[in-house]
Amino acid sequence: MTMRVATDAMESRIGRAAAHRRRGAAARRAETWASNAFFYGMVGLVLAFLYIPIAVLIAFSFNSSRSLSWPMTGVSLEWYERLIANEDLLEALWNSLYVAAFATALTLVIGIPAALALDRFEFPGKSLFRKLVLLPIALPGIITGISMLIMFRMIGFNLSLETVILGHATALVSVVVTQVFARLQRLPRSYEEASADLGASGLQTFFLVTLPNIRTAIIGAALLSFTLSFDEIPVTFFLTGRDNTLPMYIWSTLRRGLTPEINAVGALIVVFSIVMITLAVVLTRDKSGRRG
Amino acid sequence: MRLATRSRLSSGGVLSLPLVWTFLFLFVPYGILFIYSFWEKKFPTFVPAFQFGNYLELIVDPQYVRVLLRTIKIAGLVSLLSLLLAYPYAYFLVHKVTRPGVRLVLYMAVVLPLWVSYLLRAYTWKTILGTQGVLNSFLVSTGILSEPSSVFLYNQTAMVVTLTYVFIPFMVMPIYAALEKIPRNLTEASRDLGMSALQTFVRVTLPLSMPGVIAGFTMTFCLSFGDFIAPFLVGGPDGMMIANVIATQFGAALNWPLGSALALVMLVIVLTIITLSDRLQGVGKGKYA
Repeated sequence: MTMRVATDAMESRIGRAAAHRRRGAAARRAETWASNAFFYGMVGLVLAFLYIPIAVLIAFSFNSSRSLSWPMTGVSLEWYERLIANEDLLEALWNSLYVAAFATALTLVIGIPAALALDRFEFPGKSLFRKLVLLPIALPGIITGISMLIMFRMIGFNLSLETVILGHATALVSVVVTQVFARLQRLPRSYEEASADLGASGLQTFFLVTLPNIRTAIIGAALLSFTLSFDEIPVTFFLTGRDNTLPMYIWSTLRRGLTPEINAVGALIVVFSIVMITLAVVLTRDKSGRRG
Repeated sequence: MRLATRSRLSSGGVLSLPLVWTFLFLFVPYGILFIYSFWEKKFPTFVPAFQFGNYLELIVDPQYVRVLLRTIKIAGLVSLLSLLLAYPYAYFLVHKVTRPGVRLVLYMAVVLPLWVSYLLRAYTWKTILGTQGVLNSFLVSTGILSEPSSVFLYNQTAMVVTLTYVFIPFMVMPIYAALEKIPRNLTEASRDLGMSALQTFVRVTLPLSMPGVIAGFTMTFCLSFGDFIAPFLVGGPDGMMIANVIATQFGAALNWPLGSALALVMLVIVLTIITLSDRLQGVGKGKYA
């Protein structure tokens, strides 16, 4: 009974809808046109918003004059030449690469076991552990920076690039954990069980079964971690000693005013980023389709 | 028995390094930060104490409350502006773009800027909005302005625009993920039952995408809330945010205990927002999925 009423109601609704559709064909076309105009406008706006500043940054790195007004006076490579001759900047660049390399290595060494533990094991304090490890994702870097600064000062540690590495690793472990954890969750547990059943030890199973299956997630996380560390300011700001990383060097230059040299650095960083992203996309593509 | 022991041993081995690290570099520093916030500044150093003077100063001196409210306002505006730009973009990608290749390119177009130096992305707005900048040159050359104006840079609007620019990917990503998860037959059913596109959006798609909106709002809010670089670059005299004040306490003002107390206030606010956001997303899931 109720069933029939419901079906009747549905049929009459569908009938009305059909009538509505016939009557309102013109109105509907107008509606579609308006909605398309709205969406294309919004997409154009967002893309312009995102890319005009980057285009401006790159364009001015080739400007022949010091002023940053539009239109540019001419094209030159002067700022790139100055860049190569700037020893402070090159040292900062080298420091940044050093910090990012070691910080990334640390995030992997800590983050992969952490993700494994969160996915596979039960242990007391697990939920607190998870919260603490993941906290730096949403927590402003400044808090990680100052809390570690106070600790290092209390135990009499001198600030250096090494303290920066410890800070970056702490802040960025969360990146590796989230990426690797997400992949582990999709990995069927049966692979590892099969490996154990066939007599492999825990370590063998990890290196021969688990690791190859989460490889692309690890590479992606490592590249992201490296880029973020290379670019990091809030933690570095509090934990660095006399040595500057590249972002800190740029930051201190900006204090003294604008310089087109920074645009040249920026343009190079954009190119470097594109290389990293391409690498990330190529390396993290899952080639083996047979795994399903 | 042997198996159990072995698995316990291996789990202990796997766990030890992350546990030690988390304890040493997250738990202990946060604990020290908490303790430090009760210390006292006795020139030229800081002495251990247990007193609420730092917290009292944060309440009594109106400048701190003012900066806190301003930070909340700016972070809120950034999240709102990001949402208004990001939602239609994500919706377009999921519902209007039919070719997967185009969808991927447009999605990557938003994520890509995240890989470009954050500092430089903020800095470039300084070159755009400045008196000698691109925007002014453009407006003067087209005759809209007769002379360059200084109103664009060094104010709160410039900060909101810059922070939105920097953090908008964090809004697009979760909304896109949420929209993509909605089964297509729900919206189709709504259309078949005679709802207009707008009605379908308001009554089906929007409520179902709320977890993504909340996640995006939380990320953009927390990230802008703790930022001290955009205020430094494009914020004016009325543009100091709470993180700038904290940084000053650890630099020129040299009052670490007070800075720790402020940082703790910030920590509590951020944690509250994250917890609330988790609850809201949980409620959303229970109700709709």
